[in-house]
Amino acid sequence: MATTYEKIATTTLGSAAATIDFTSIAGTYTDLRIVASLKGAGTGYTDSVSRIAFNSDLGGTTYSYTWLRGDGSSASSGRSTNSPYCRGYQSGSQAGNQPSFYIADIFSYAGSTNKTVLVEASADLNGSGYVYRMVNLWRNTAAITSISLSSPNGDNLVAGSTATLYGILKA
Amino acid sequence: MPATYTLISSNVLTSSAASVTFSAIPATYTDLVVRAAARSDFANTIELMEITINGNTSSLYSMTGVYGEGSSAISDRDSGTSLNFDPIDAANNTANTFGNYELYIPSYLASQNKPVGTFAVYEQNGASNNRVQANAGLFRSTAAITSLEFAPRYGTNFVSGSSFYLYGISNA
Repeated sequence: MATTYEKIATTTLGSAAATIDFTSIAGTYTDLRIVASLKGAGTGYTDSVSRIAFNSDLGGTTYSYTWLRGDGSSASSGRSTNSPYCRGYQSGSQAGNQPSFYIADIFSYAGSTNKTVLVEASADLNGSGYVYRMVNLWRNTAAITSISLSSPNGDNLVAGSTATLYGILKA
Repeated sequence: MPATYTLISSNVLTSSAASVTFSAIPATYTDLVVRAAARSDFANTIELMEITINGNTSSLYSMTGVYGEGSSAISDRDSGTSLNFDPIDAANNTANTFGNYELYIPSYLASQNKPVGTFAVYEQNGASNNRVQANAGLFRSTAAITSLEFAPRYGTNFVSGSSFYLYGISNA
């Protein structure tokens, strides 16, 4: 039986870096999954976007997303159109020693359709924090061959930030 | 290549049980996943899954959730001596129906506090007593996770037919 859930690559930063990159992703799977625990070096974040960029497409207008958020007192939803990146999540300095994580499922990444990404972010901080569910769309029909994870505003990801890319196979 | 997503243990109840425990969890994976279909004997229309990690009942747990019950969405937060935010079916709900639940714990061996994510749903084909809920949780302990205990928060037992599956995910 073929293995259906395989690690492709994993990175844990030994020192601060601008990005975590997965490159030369083979088209041999059906879906991709990222499990990431990231923390930005910037200060003052209370609810922090992180960037997911496919095939070096960062800064344009080809992404959009819609999110559902709970902050412990109210639920809210919002969206962004013509966005420069796919939205993930990262902790900021306010998180202290309370790590957060997100899971991003990228469906049919090697197909010739636009790419849908489901993000589940969990960031409880013992009295503050958030839970997110987000749907992202990358309006590009190319197969995804590289993924870059980064902070907004040019901040580094701190040492210890970690991300693993898995391939999920239906065949 | 080693298997990445592996069943560690399962427990499908053939009679009611006060709790289900996965103990002696091996330290050979990176992340843990629990998938369950559960119902309690609590005489109500909602029960909450109570999770105790490593047998630790100190006030080290906190939770932030968002959920919908068919109309508006709500967010809430709590803290306490267990994770206890995830809804499952209770005794007054549609018979033979079990709430579905998934728990994800990344880096369960790391010497850091442990974030968790959960997703839970139950549905009754009615105007009320249905819920879809996502939670973020935190267990403020740097110890490796070696056991997970599941119990109904309010009821006495999980009913027969409730099922629990523990998987290990390896990035090695």
